Amino acid sequence: MDWPLAVHQVLSQHRIGVVGYVPDAGHKRLIELCQADARMRCVVLSTEEEGVGLAAGAWLGGERSVLLMQSSGVGNIVNALAMVRECRFPLTLIVTMRGENGEFNPWQVPMGQATGEVLRAMGTVVHQVHAAADVAAQVEASLRIAHGSYCAAAVLIGQRVIGIKSFQEQANQ
Amino acid sequence: MSLHRRDVVKTLLAERGELLVVAGLGSTAWDCTAAGDHDLTFPLWGAMGCAAVIGLGLALAQPKRRVLVITGDGEMLMGLGSLATIGVQKPANLSVVVIDNERYGETGMQTTHTASGVDLAGIARAAGFASAVLVRDTAGVAALRKVVHAAAGPNFAQVKVAAEKIPLVLPPREGVLLKNRFRAALLGAGAALE
Repeated sequence: MDWPLAVHQVLSQHRIGVVGYVPDAGHKRLIELCQADARMRCVVLSTEEEGVGLAAGAWLGGERSVLLMQSSGVGNIVNALAMVRECRFPLTLIVTMRGENGEFNPWQVPMGQATGEVLRAMGTVVHQVHAAADVAAQVEASLRIAHGSYCAAAVLIGQRVIGIKSFQEQANQ
Repeated sequence: MSLHRRDVVKTLLAERGELLVVAGLGSTAWDCTAAGDHDLTFPLWGAMGCAAVIGLGLALAQPKRRVLVITGDGEMLMGLGSLATIGVQKPANLSVVVIDNERYGETGMQTTHTASGVDLAGIARAAGFASAVLVRDTAGVAALRKVVHAAAGPNFAQVKVAAEKIPLVLPPREGVLLKNRFRAALLGAGAALE
């Protein structure tokens, strides 16, 4: 199941013009697909918080965006989500999970276990995905609810979908 | 003689034409409001550290319009990484102006890093901005106004101003109002239906 290809098609259909990202191994292929798409401006960020500002500015200018990040980055965007909620900016987060389902790095576990709760505490609609076949549909659902209800929505792509179990496998990707 | 922040911002925003403005939280938002509340100014009441990247998003979405971020030294210090991000994207229509009083003005005038010599213009230059200047006098402010309105960016300026407590001039607070009035003025009334 080539879920990144399916997600890229959904982003394209929804006229996403700006793609902010902090790289994650799980997002490697989707980032490459977006970079190869002339209609998407890909913006590498130094921290995920920048992506929330980027999305807000893009929306002020009439452009739709998504933010690609790892679950640890959710900890970096909490205060910026206050702006999203107060201003009712549409914001779609595509989050690859760490710190769950056989995680090998104990430092990832606390933030990974708190990711959904932290997002919900800040008013984000959370979609959990545990199968590759469901990712694109849940990204589409997130885009629809974010733009339909003027809110933040996140897709949490579970570690079972990403399937990385060790540093060695990650390095070989 | 030191520059006064309200004079600097008033000069930069005089006859602003089609300029789109993002104002960082605190004193710079009050400065922009004192220069004249405007539908095409998005003043922040939070999201400290995000002003410059909001400007980046706006500049990428509206490549034919000039975009100006006016923010404080404390706000810019919280988002230093965004200078690197802007340096990579190189939006020609974006300028970031830091009104640098070397203080956290809203919390008791505690000194910021710039009071100890941290060189924000140097950081912006090293990050890849097309221009990055330190401004200390009225001639420099007049030159900066031209850069903001016409020069190919991204442009950065660090404008040293007096550390002074001056009256608050507050913009509207409600985020939805600020967002919707900006989008309606820029994109037309139909933007509310998107």
